[in-house]
Amino acid sequence: MAAPISVLTKTPLTFQELLFQLQQFWASRGCILQQAYDVEVGAGTMSPETFLRVLGPKPFRVAYAQPSRRPADGRYGQNPNRLFKHTQMQVVLKPPPDDIQALYLKSLEAIGIDLRQHDVKFEEDNWESPTLGAWGIGWQVMLDGLEITQFTYFQQCGGIDLDPIAGEITYGLERIAAFLQDVDSIYDIVWAREPDTGREVTYGEVRLADELQFSVYNFEKADVEKLWQHFKLYEEECQSLLAEARGRLGDTEDSDAESRSRLPLLAAFDLCLKCSHLFNLLDARGAISVTERVGVIARIRTLAVGVAKAYAAQQTQPVNA
Amino acid sequence: MPAFLLEIGLEEIPAGMVAAAQAELAERVHKLLVRERLTTDTLQAMSFSTPRRLAVRVDGLLPRQADMEEEIVGPSLKVAYKDDVPTPAAIAFAKKSGVEVSALQTIQNAKGEYVTATVRRAGRSAADVLTGLLPAEIAGIYWPKSMYWRSGKPERFVRPVRWLLALLDEEILPLEFAGVRADEVSYGHRVLHGDQPIVVHAPREYEEKLAAAYVQVDSEARRHRIRKALDAATRQISGARWREDEELVEIVTHLTEWPTVLLGNFEKEHLTLPAEILVTVMRDHQKYFALEDENKNLLPYFLAVLNMEVDAAGEAIIRHGNERVLRARFNDARFFWDVDQKIPLIDRVEMLKNVTFQKDLGSYWDKTQRNREVARQIIDQFDPPIFDADSVKFKTFCSGVDQAALLAKTDLTTEMVKEFTELQGVVGGLYAKAQRLPDGVARAIADHYKPTSQEDSLPRTPAGSIVALADKISTIVDMFAKGFQPTGSKDPFALRRAGNGVVRILIENEAVRDALDLVSVVEAALAPNSMNNGLYENAMNFMLDRLESYLREYRGVRLQVARAVRNSTIAHNRRGVEFRFFGLDEFRFVGCGKIAEFASVLNVEIGSPEIYAIAELLKRTVNILRQAKERQIAYGKGGYITPHQEQPEEERLRLKTREIQRAIQDNYSNGKYTEVIMAIASLQPVLDAFFNTVMVMVDDPVIRSNRLTLLAGTESVVRWAADFSELASI
Repeated sequence: MAAPISVLTKTPLTFQELLFQLQQFWASRGCILQQAYDVEVGAGTMSPETFLRVLGPKPFRVAYAQPSRRPADGRYGQNPNRLFKHTQMQVVLKPPPDDIQALYLKSLEAIGIDLRQHDVKFEEDNWESPTLGAWGIGWQVMLDGLEITQFTYFQQCGGIDLDPIAGEITYGLERIAAFLQDVDSIYDIVWAREPDTGREVTYGEVRLADELQFSVYNFEKADVEKLWQHFKLYEEECQSLLAEARGRLGDTEDSDAESRSRLPLLAAFDLCLKCSHLFNLLDARGAISVTERVGVIARIRTLAVGVAKAYAAQQTQPVNA
Repeated sequence: MPAFLLEIGLEEIPAGMVAAAQAELAERVHKLLVRERLTTDTLQAMSFSTPRRLAVRVDGLLPRQADMEEEIVGPSLKVAYKDDVPTPAAIAFAKKSGVEVSALQTIQNAKGEYVTATVRRAGRSAADVLTGLLPAEIAGIYWPKSMYWRSGKPERFVRPVRWLLALLDEEILPLEFAGVRADEVSYGHRVLHGDQPIVVHAPREYEEKLAAAYVQVDSEARRHRIRKALDAATRQISGARWREDEELVEIVTHLTEWPTVLLGNFEKEHLTLPAEILVTVMRDHQKYFALEDENKNLLPYFLAVLNMEVDAAGEAIIRHGNERVLRARFNDARFFWDVDQKIPLIDRVEMLKNVTFQKDLGSYWDKTQRNREVARQIIDQFDPPIFDADSVKFKTFCSGVDQAALLAKTDLTTEMVKEFTELQGVVGGLYAKAQRLPDGVARAIADHYKPTSQEDSLPRTPAGSIVALADKISTIVDMFAKGFQPTGSKDPFALRRAGNGVVRILIENEAVRDALDLVSVVEAALAPNSMNNGLYENAMNFMLDRLESYLREYRGVRLQVARAVRNSTIAHNRRGVEFRFFGLDEFRFVGCGKIAEFASVLNVEIGSPEIYAIAELLKRTVNILRQAKERQIAYGKGGYITPHQEQPEEERLRLKTREIQRAIQDNYSNGKYTEVIMAIASLQPVLDAFFNTVMVMVDDPVIRSNRLTLLAGTESVVRWAADFSELASI
């Protein structure tokens, strides 16, 4: 590994340069670069590029920056450290290489962090999502007291034990950018710098309106009645796709490769993601009572686990094929 | 004598698991050496750990096991020889054992005469033994949470194993674990040393070689070094000291391989936030040590323990980063504080309907109502009453307790507690104060989770104690009612901790110790309609278990004494003497504090032969009564009748029992526990004479029943204070 590009250590990266550098770094380590998934998700893990690809035996490496929406975390753009929608740079290495931690540290150097001038610690932090039937073992990575990354060895996903397991590295891009640029508010992060004029475009210019307007919608305007209807419709559609898939996948007579591969499980998963986001909206609206809450989480989990099981079966060649 | 070194190289082990694993590895290696006969008198073992390694070094083990002779038993003599000729069975046995048939011998054992072979087993070399057996020892280390990482999932471990270093003197032991083969190579600090391997030629080089690679492998030395560095950094601020925090020192010891300490500061204006909040942010979230002045007031500084050594420029960068994080966190806390004040606690009660307490027990709103009711019941149980029931003082007190119980859980709806969950209760207390509620109410809210651990302090006020008791005992009883009793090591709702808290408050808290006991709090938590399926007995037994464990762990009382006290009448019911006779069955309440004091005194006294003698006799008494029950021989009904055939020894026992009952109860109430025990001991000659002369199990059912009733009465008079039959086994 060459020393970090010296200019980068002097002028901190803009938000978009940070993204370029990480994409460049991981692409050169064999990762497919994906665009953000275009369905609302609460975390990069929920993208099918992670959730579904970690299932089954096939090796896979991917990196993408995923806007992650958490309606309840919105603060109308008024809190300098909190966002409704933040960006997770998600890297999945399946199976994880033996030097995955060293690779990760090199990625920090690639974004201009001279490790000899900083304090890095890997502190225990395991990850679990009951809604997704997923959990893993890992660390939060602390840089000078700031949590910049969640590092997880995925053990289970969609209720399925993984073999091989996957290594998941999730960078909090806004935090890292604010750290590199030494700004106290996320909204002051320089997103881009015009090459000719040097004019800086800030994070606030690009995103502040999102934060304000979605906070208004999420907390005040979202129509609870309609959200529930949407939830029900998406859930039913997902269930019926899953019912059909289960029938086909379980039927050995009707298991030629073509008809299996046509089963629209990716669409079923989108519907499941819709339900998950609607749940988060309902939660932000304070519309889910204590007694309902556990039940609704279980309903989403049923969908997620159902999709995962069917998807795993779809990936496996039928016995008589 | 050879030396041996094993190092397991790992990705970062959780800080909380390192110490136990280090100790376990050392113990496993030591036991292995003992089992395999490789130890010597001069054997010395040392163990090491950092976040990335566990290691053990042993000096002075044997180079090889001694040869050993072993006698193997074969077929019986009858099977082995027919007419003095060896049968095929004998020949096969000799062959299997590796000896000539002519070398077989005969022994006589319990089953008869058998053929044996004396086999010489050549000792194996230490290298062979260790290489062969260490992998299983490594695999056997216990981890609270472990993971798979290799395809095919061949093994689980806390984190992936990345290298093994195993040496016997200068020889590499080629052992294998988790697909890694041991070598003579280790690795240093990730950044300060980098990726280049370190060759360790011999076990004695280990610490030195690693230190040169910026790894201090001795965790004790590292702890010491951190303390020194904390002291040194603190000296930069005159009059300052760092707030002692052993637990935090332990954590940072296991988070670092090459620790240094950095002093940072924050804006003075943050000191207007309560110290509880500032320290929680620093300690729990950032693992920083707080600085304080001579009067324990916080100073606007913190100490961070780094896993790094940097020059002044680097230090400035790292300080700046840490200060930036802390500033943001404090700003958050201030923001939460301000936002939270917009909705006063009283308006948050309704919001508790949206916070789950436990799925089967409803919301925290339900829990709040329950706590208020139980708190009221507990006040009613006070004996003597806490204040005169008609007094203004009493009414004020009751309304204070009720207000505290009503508001105790409301801080769960605040942004502050959502962010800093460990501050539940504390935040409620601080907000209550800020919202100008009475001090007593604020304190009761703040204290109602106390004690949260063995070391934690108790609620400071009577009102706080009552709310704390109500909160804990109602959780226990309600969980039991739903069938969620702790079993074995499973206690998902931490009911044992709640029970321990109840016992500690009842015994140690000045305000309640002489006015409440286990029965009163359990009864307070039993709604009239939940008297079903032995709920009272279950809950009571559980609480008695907690009492027994308290006496053992906090008071250092022996098992038998703890049991004797646990089985006493005053500990688990209040019906006084079981048998109504001599008109001496009056109820006498004794608080939990006295029960614990009595146990401590009894624990000292039981060494004496007098106690042992009376305990023996009472054990005999208990046995007779039990046998009578087993044989369904009725007694006790209608009380003791003074019959005309009463033998003098019988009468003496009756009179003595009557005499000591008064002495036991009066002395107990007055805290004269030695006198209580002396009174019980004074029963010895009388009871002894009774057994020597009076036949209990006579044929005449009337006399028999009468004598059994007398014994039962005597026994229950003693049992009121302690079940002395338990002490016979000391």
